[in-house]
Amino acid sequence: MNNLEELLVRGDKRAIARAITYAENYEEKAKEIIKKLYKRSGSAYIIGITGPPGVGKSTLTDKLVKNLIEKGNKIGVIAIDPTSPFTGGSILGDRIRMQDLSLHPNVYIRSMGTRGHLGGLSKGTYMATRILDIAGMDYVFIETVGVGQSEIDIVKIADTVVMVLAPGLGDDVQAIKAGIMEIGEIFVVNKSDREGSDKTVVELNMMLDLDDTKDWRPPVVKTIAYENKGINELIDKIFAHREYLIASGNLEKKRNQRLRMEIIETVKNKLMNNVFEKIQQKDFDFKLQEVIDKKIDPYTFADELYRDIFNKNL
Amino acid sequence: MERPIRVLVAKPGLDGHDRGAKVIARALREAGMEVIYTGLRQTPEQIVEAAIQEDVDVVALSILSGAHNTLFPKITKLLKERGVDDVLVIGGGVIPEEDIPFLKEHGIAEIFTPGTPTSAVIEYIKQHVKRAVEK
Amino acid sequence: MFYKQKLEEIKNKKEEWEVNQRQKVVSKFPERKKEFKTSSGIEIKEIYTPEDVGDIDYLEKIGFPGEYPYTRGVQPTMYRGKFWTMRQYAGYGTAEESNKRFKYLLSQGQTGLSVAFDLPTQIGYDSDHPMAEGEVGKVGVAVDSLYDMEILFDGIPLDKVSTSMTINAPAAILLAMYIAVAEKQGVSPDKLNGTIQNDILKEYVARGTYIFPTGPSMRLITNIFEYCSKYVPKWNTISISGYHIREAGATAVQEVAFTLANGIAYVEAAIKAGLDVDEFAPRLSFFFNAHNDLFEEVAKFRAARRMWAKIMKERFNAKDPRSMMMRFHTQTAGSTLTAQQPDNNIVRVTIQALAAVLGGTQSLHTNSRDEALALPTEDSVRIALRTQQIIAYESGVCETPDPLAGSYYVEKLTDEIEKRAFEYIKKIDELGGAVRAIDLGYIQKEIQESAYRYQKEIESEERIIVGLNKFQIEEQPPKNLLKVDTAVEVLQKEKIAKIKEMRNNASVKKALEALKKAAEGDDNLMPWILDAVREYATLGKITDVLRSVFGEYQQQIIL
Repeated sequence: MNNLEELLVRGDKRAIARAITYAENYEEKAKEIIKKLYKRSGSAYIIGITGPPGVGKSTLTDKLVKNLIEKGNKIGVIAIDPTSPFTGGSILGDRIRMQDLSLHPNVYIRSMGTRGHLGGLSKGTYMATRILDIAGMDYVFIETVGVGQSEIDIVKIADTVVMVLAPGLGDDVQAIKAGIMEIGEIFVVNKSDREGSDKTVVELNMMLDLDDTKDWRPPVVKTIAYENKGINELIDKIFAHREYLIASGNLEKKRNQRLRMEIIETVKNKLMNNVFEKIQQKDFDFKLQEVIDKKIDPYTFADELYRDIFNKNL
Repeated sequence: MERPIRVLVAKPGLDGHDRGAKVIARALREAGMEVIYTGLRQTPEQIVEAAIQEDVDVVALSILSGAHNTLFPKITKLLKERGVDDVLVIGGGVIPEEDIPFLKEHGIAEIFTPGTPTSAVIEYIKQHVKRAVEK
Repeated sequence: MFYKQKLEEIKNKKEEWEVNQRQKVVSKFPERKKEFKTSSGIEIKEIYTPEDVGDIDYLEKIGFPGEYPYTRGVQPTMYRGKFWTMRQYAGYGTAEESNKRFKYLLSQGQTGLSVAFDLPTQIGYDSDHPMAEGEVGKVGVAVDSLYDMEILFDGIPLDKVSTSMTINAPAAILLAMYIAVAEKQGVSPDKLNGTIQNDILKEYVARGTYIFPTGPSMRLITNIFEYCSKYVPKWNTISISGYHIREAGATAVQEVAFTLANGIAYVEAAIKAGLDVDEFAPRLSFFFNAHNDLFEEVAKFRAARRMWAKIMKERFNAKDPRSMMMRFHTQTAGSTLTAQQPDNNIVRVTIQALAAVLGGTQSLHTNSRDEALALPTEDSVRIALRTQQIIAYESGVCETPDPLAGSYYVEKLTDEIEKRAFEYIKKIDELGGAVRAIDLGYIQKEIQESAYRYQKEIESEERIIVGLNKFQIEEQPPKNLLKVDTAVEVLQKEKIAKIKEMRNNASVKKALEALKKAAEGDDNLMPWILDAVREYATLGKITDVLRSVFGEYQQQIIL
């Protein structure tokens, strides 16, 4: 083990930080670390926190983490915010609500931009999660804004998915139910001191009752995160879900599926990099102009490109 | 390929005037950087811890209350104590010209006073980040 | 304001002018810009004529000074009676130093005091708290206990001056200290004149010196309303402030809209707490910014007065005319000052101050030329005060109320600002009111958008700031800036230690415990705070007690 790896295994925050930087930049060094230390991973329990913007996910995460460190746990948090597709930049503001946690020796918080990756999770998330696992975290929280596609990614990576909603979203519950009902394993109605919270809870329960095909019926928990209310109940439900997963054998299934995805994602990313490198070259633009000028058609061009990269037919 | 430059925009001390910090945060985002914004009333310890955990290239500090001579050097000192030597630290706000040499001696690479265009800050960061952005 | 037939004639004549005169010139010499706009994005036309004010009902919308809807001012004589109060915001370092500066300003003809507190005081930390490090005495005077307040007003008869205190989250504590100092001078509370800013909502959106969450903060504010209506009847219990909203980047329209929306929230909270609107509303006051765009600013002040009168009368059914009168303090726009060629700031301040006076302000602070660099020196402060005096005594603008009334342009702008500001207020109402809109981050987001746009305009040179992005020169760094002695922190810490030895610590403990109990219940907290203050409990400890019950506000940031 080199110095960074030794420090990482001991949970040194600078070492974790640097290793995650390698991961999110998809540098070879990140893979090297994981290749060597893979066997040390597997003990962290991964919790996904998702939901629409403005429902208080960060404050809720903050309180959950506070609760768990009091029980002596080590916690890693990855907070993901969208990257602007136009500029490639992003403002990562979730840390604000967790700043007083960041001085705690047993907590590590990292903000990541999605960096153009579809699905709402940064493409380095699998690796970053594994690095936190290697660094000895008992729990890893992955917080992501849930709008559309991203909830689907979070399921692939988390053991337990907590879907956070708030009253007053009105029609939104109706609108997003198609996307969210399958994903949440625990539902939270945060800011439940607001008008309409009971109604939201009832609506959620009604919708959840419609699906009787699953053997885990997602519970609905009311919280007021900024007042620290309902946090114990939520933790209990997360533990109950973990018990269920273990007892039913689904935890193993879930994790095996995740490994599969991790491998596929890694290969996919490598392939995509190859493609992007190719299309950044000048002859791509030259050829594209031919398509625009109708000298060739886009599909012939695509076939040629594929042959170029992979040496075989599409 | 290039990776985005990561910048921690922080307001040490107690002043609540974050117009400048927020405008800079947005301008840096539009310049393709990843900006971690920490909000008001950050202690030097919190800022340094965030800089380390976020593994940023740049720490950009904004202060308008006049406490810069106390708080800026404390931040660079703490970074040094933690062995962080590859982070560019810059500052901005209502800072009298005569304080600037003192701050530079204490590890603040550059001070931007009122009226500095955001483009100057962006350019400065791009020129002076200490870690390679090519990967 | 004009007869129909006459308007028709004017309209025809204007069309002729457009074709025969203007178009001809424009085709040869294009105008400076493609479109002309005010800071709020209101389009400015090529000419204003009676047509633009044709549908304004003079009696209903403009009227007479001292009468509803107060568009032309809140007093019948305005500055023919007496000038506005010239009130320079001051205070730094220790109470001793600030006391000296107050006495100097009073000797120079200033007519009211305005106290700036340092940030630890504003956020409820004693000078010996770790969070206060480096901040003690920096932007204002440090007040840790009644002892400092006694020094601050030493030799200043509190029944003779009016004092404005820029204090918000711990306003109740500082007001209690002021009352206690007066008691020691033998002045009863009903003789006290002055203002506390006490406007927490704008702290959440713009200024940042909040402590408690919105709910308990609103309770403290209504407690003060209630207490003062009984015991300190001449005190202005709140100064609902657009100043900082504008400084944070809002436009003139947003400044009016968000300030009045906050005002509505305070009135609603007080009514909900069981107060009668006419019991507290006459003591509400406002605080606006005077920015660069002269006519838009004058129109803004006029529109704000008219809107508030309407809101109080129609929305809250106020009966007392004083409840409908918007009285306000104005400060020139700090954010327009440049660090480059700082003497130019004197000219900016003059134009801004003129706008405030033409807009009918009740009191005015003019910024000093060096405030983009540091706290102002005594010389700079004097020039700033002289600026007001020159406007008052030499310019002639004070000789008749609201002299710009009837200007086609200004009346049209007044209308337009009113219209746009009411649209914002409607939107905020739909979101559930100002408190909710702040919790959602809506107001913050709107201000930020404007701030960012303003910055972009400067950088693209669409907006010219003289000396900054045009007409620059090579400059020597300015000299003789005011420096606050870092020894202040040490001195304050020594004073706290001394106080703790001198006071009766058992009584302090008792008073704080009683306050805690009251905070947990529904009592008006003012008497309990006053008890603790009299025992020389420190500001930080009193705030800590309230923090332990109320919790702390979590900043809402949407970038």
